[in-house]
Amino acid sequence: MNNEQAIELKNVSYADGPLKIIKNVTGSFRKGKITSLVGPSGAGKTTLFRLCNGIISPTHGRIIIQAKPIQVYEPTDLRRNVGLALQSATMIAGTVYKNLQLPRILAGDALPEDEAADLLAAVGLDKDLLMRHVGDLSGGQKQKVSIARTLVNRPEILLLDEITSSLDRISTHDIENLIEKINREYNVTIIWITHNLNQAIQISDDTWVMMNGQLIESGPSSLLTNPKNVQVKQFVKGDFA
Amino acid sequence: MSFLTLSLALVFVLIPLILTKTLNLGLGKDTVIATVRSIIQLLAVGYILTFVFATENLIYIILMVILMITAATHNARKKGAAIQGITWKLIVTFVFIEVLTQGILIGFKITPPEAQYIIPISGMLIGNSMVLSILFLNRFTAEIEARKDETELILSLGGTPKQAIHHSLITAIKASMIPTIESQKTIGLVQLPGMMSGQIIAGADPMQAVQFQLLILFLLLTTAAVTSIMLGFLSYPTLFNSRMQLIKLPDNNNPA
Ligand SMILES: Nc1ncnc2c1ncn2[C@@H]1O[C@H](COP(=O)(O)OP(=O)(O)OP(=O)(O)O)[C@@H](O)[C@H]1O
Ligand SMILES: [Mg+2]
Repeated sequence: MNNEQAIELKNVSYADGPLKIIKNVTGSFRKGKITSLVGPSGAGKTTLFRLCNGIISPTHGRIIIQAKPIQVYEPTDLRRNVGLALQSATMIAGTVYKNLQLPRILAGDALPEDEAADLLAAVGLDKDLLMRHVGDLSGGQKQKVSIARTLVNRPEILLLDEITSSLDRISTHDIENLIEKINREYNVTIIWITHNLNQAIQISDDTWVMMNGQLIESGPSSLLTNPKNVQVKQFVKGDFA
Repeated sequence: MSFLTLSLALVFVLIPLILTKTLNLGLGKDTVIATVRSIIQLLAVGYILTFVFATENLIYIILMVILMITAATHNARKKGAAIQGITWKLIVTFVFIEVLTQGILIGFKITPPEAQYIIPISGMLIGNSMVLSILFLNRFTAEIEARKDETELILSLGGTPKQAIHHSLITAIKASMIPTIESQKTIGLVQLPGMMSGQIIAGADPMQAVQFQLLILFLLLTTAAVTSIMLGFLSYPTLFNSRMQLIKLPDNNNPA
């Protein structure tokens, strides 16, 4: 069980026209674990998430989700199972409740108000926000709503893209706790992108370091304190001087 | 009206020509081109119609309609260059409009099956459908660009392409239909519609002219609704691939 992989990438490349964004990435994310994805801006981290959620497909290579090639899944099933909360925390116009309902409505179902309120509480938001218009939310509140919205689908794998980037220290701590809780209690595999290396070491079992579209180094998160690769040494230097 | 009296009407071309010259508007050349083109095109249509009405041969009527659809498709397709196979989608839409409207008109004996009725009515409806198509395609491609994040969000949460594009599609359909509906609200108050004015000048009984104009208005409403909805539902699937991914639109700003 412990050796099972949630996601495996085999020689995965992605290009947008002549622009090579992901370059021959091979690696895997362990099932039931928390993995941090770190690397400088433009490294291709978000693009890797979009590949795993299936809203784009690799130009080369194979992606294997829970032991099955990604293309055998029905796209809609895949995307519900590999939940993605994007950096931009895009909201649809309307209330917070409408946004939380969205995944259920797309599946032809409804989300009862008390369930929505519980979800808000889980991400550390007051349930009074439910009827608030999303235009009136702060950046941090939107990120929390975005996580809650992704959780509505009850994904087995959760991809979180810089979800603590606009949160204060206390909120960040709340979200870190939430991630650990979701991981432990529901055995959800979590991969999250963060620019905070201390956070990566504290929260995650494993860490991937990406640079310039390539996977440079991966392994237990302790690798960040003593990286083998020269480029990674350079990258972590600022954080652990 | 004789050709001699009509040539006197060229005075009305001289007035704008003199004005554009004195005010340096630089529109002289375009005014002359517009005048010459309208003379040639309308005279040609006049001769062709005279011939078609005289022979009353179904083949010629069909040829005229094909010509109209070809011209309308040619004009509208530039606006939808970003959508795969837009030419065929436009042709299918125009043909459907033509068959639907003439089918009802002739089938229920609202108008007689004569060239004199079929051709002008077809011309008005196809022309209107063309304008609607251009409005729709402009708006739809703009909406897709503007709502890209929302479309991807819905896809990423497990929505289908239809669910993901729904908002853009409905907005574009509504936006393209509004001018038709709005203009009909004030019709007769602000201006008399061209066809009705023409009939009245030609000596028709005003009530007769009004009845025909109402018929045309109702047909235009059908045309507006059918054109944008049909074009929309034919177009949106080409924006996605079989893996339900949004296909990147080619640059549609300047296809011509
Ligand atoms: N849709 C796209 N079209 C063209 N280029 C893109 C697209 N998406 C990403 N890129 C390019 O791919 C590269 C990687 O982008 P990506 O967003 O994956 O980086 P990232 O590691 O998430 O960066 P950040 O930390 O800033 O979020 C960048 O150079 C970006 O400009
Ligand atoms: Mg990113």
